[in-house]
Amino acid sequence: MKKIELKDTRSGFGAGLLEVGKINKNVVALCADLTGSLKMDAFEKKFPKRFFQIGIAEANMMGIAAGMTIGGKIPFTGTFANFSTGRVYDQIRQSIAYSAKNVKICASHAGITLGEDGATHQILEDIGLMKMLPGMVVINPCDYNQTKNATIAISKYFGPVYLRFGRPKVPNFTKDEEFVIGKGIQLSKGLDVSIFATGHLVWEALEASKKLNEYNISCDVINITTIKPLDNDLILKSVKKTKCAVVAEEHQILGGLGCSIAQLTSQKFPIPINFVGINDSFGESGNPMELMKKYKIDKNSIVSAVKKVIKKKAN
Amino acid sequence: MSNYSELIKMCSQVRRDIVRMVHGCQSGHPGGSLGCVEFFVALFFSIMKHEPDFKMNGRNEDIFFLSNGHISPVYYSVLSRSGYFPLNELNTFRKINSRLQGHPATHENLPGIRIASGSLGQALSVAIGSAISKRLNNEKNTVFCLCGDGELQEGQIWEAVMYAGAKKVDNLILTIDVNRQQICGSTDEILDLGDLQKKFSAFQWKVIKVKNGNKIEEVIEKLKLSKLKSSKGHPICLLLNTEMGYGVDFMMGSHKWHGIAPNDEQLKIALNQLEETIGDY
Repeated sequence: MKKIELKDTRSGFGAGLLEVGKINKNVVALCADLTGSLKMDAFEKKFPKRFFQIGIAEANMMGIAAGMTIGGKIPFTGTFANFSTGRVYDQIRQSIAYSAKNVKICASHAGITLGEDGATHQILEDIGLMKMLPGMVVINPCDYNQTKNATIAISKYFGPVYLRFGRPKVPNFTKDEEFVIGKGIQLSKGLDVSIFATGHLVWEALEASKKLNEYNISCDVINITTIKPLDNDLILKSVKKTKCAVVAEEHQILGGLGCSIAQLTSQKFPIPINFVGINDSFGESGNPMELMKKYKIDKNSIVSAVKKVIKKKAN
Repeated sequence: MSNYSELIKMCSQVRRDIVRMVHGCQSGHPGGSLGCVEFFVALFFSIMKHEPDFKMNGRNEDIFFLSNGHISPVYYSVLSRSGYFPLNELNTFRKINSRLQGHPATHENLPGIRIASGSLGQALSVAIGSAISKRLNNEKNTVFCLCGDGELQEGQIWEAVMYAGAKKVDNLILTIDVNRQQICGSTDEILDLGDLQKKFSAFQWKVIKVKNGNKIEEVIEKLKLSKLKSSKGHPICLLLNTEMGYGVDFMMGSHKWHGIAPNDEQLKIALNQLEETIGDY
């Protein structure tokens, strides 16, 4: 079996950004003093006139990006997820979302796997904040390849987008293929439970499904990369077959992907759902794997959630 | 429109529009709107190269951004009287199903509006982005922005002021409406703005003062000077001294008419002080 390489999703963003810079001369990049962390260096070096170092001023960065779209530019803003959303929510709401500007908000170091920096930087509310904004597309890729290809895909889409990725090196296991906004990806087929996962938890979901196979539980594992708009058809098709689901995400349970899926299924095909996510708490310092275990968002937590939800199924 | 008597007539008509619009929906912000009439009339009827056959990208045009969006009545009146949209649409201000939202928005596709504003402190950043975009597109035009003086209390303004000065965004003219009033009182009482000339100079801006921003001749003269001084390595800050409520005696000299509408009797008194010159909408 081919060994799976470990790569960070933010490097996927950097590679994708360089690529879109080559494809489209209207693409510009803005950064709030985190060029290295966001892997935007290659774009800066190749296209210095299209790279804007804004300084530590995220609100100004969002406004400048909004203004640049008026002259036909396609701005990609880069900073940590915390400073890409919570810190600048009103700027995004008024100057980008309400004004329907073609800004790509690219956010690294999302979630608890940011690790040692601790809770001040570990935003776990960003998906909720961004998906509530009318017209905002929310994308949370799971590995390097997906992040790179999602970066390219959003440059071709007109409208505001929130692209969320992370810091740690994680398995790069998806195909290097074109990313389609709004389409979930079926990773394994099963009959007993649907596992909908996003971001770093997609790999954990695959690992969990292998373990569950040992207990004769077969899992439909689906990678939901686009959280908004949601791939309703794929989700409903799966739950109509399995009759129960687990949703796994590196985000608050309240307001995340799980809520979107519960909302959909409650209207179209009610089923029991268990939620693997952060349960109404802040994070803390630590290494990413330790934190995932402590905050119950690792593969073992998914295994346990699946076993419980299957028991809730109507016979 | 180039001669002063025509512009003065336009100012009187715009003032009538403002008080009638605010009266018509019994809400809105007449004070700041009335104080900025000369600035808007000068900009749209004399200074800016702009095309009322509206295109969002504003390619090869001068572009204006209103940051203190609550003075939308003066903006809508001048846009409409410039030909961006029909005059009778002013009747719909702040009413349901209107393109004339309480604060300017792009959402209803009102011609002339390129960004939503209302939550304060944001449009200067947007104007900087637009100015940078024009440079990237090799356009020679100027980007204008208006902020209220109370609005300078927002932190984002100073992020933007620091950026434009340091990065030499010099195709940008920011006007500050210095009326020294805000909702709860005078700016001196609420949060003293200090010496704005020194502050903007310290941030590497070229500062030009307009002693009487309610005198159209001076406003035009200083806006022309601003354009002359632009593209020379510094953004321009025009400190425009105005009187809130200017033109309607009982609305002047106080913060009280910042955000309330006149009743029927007050409207009558106000309109008696403002000559109908071009024709009401």
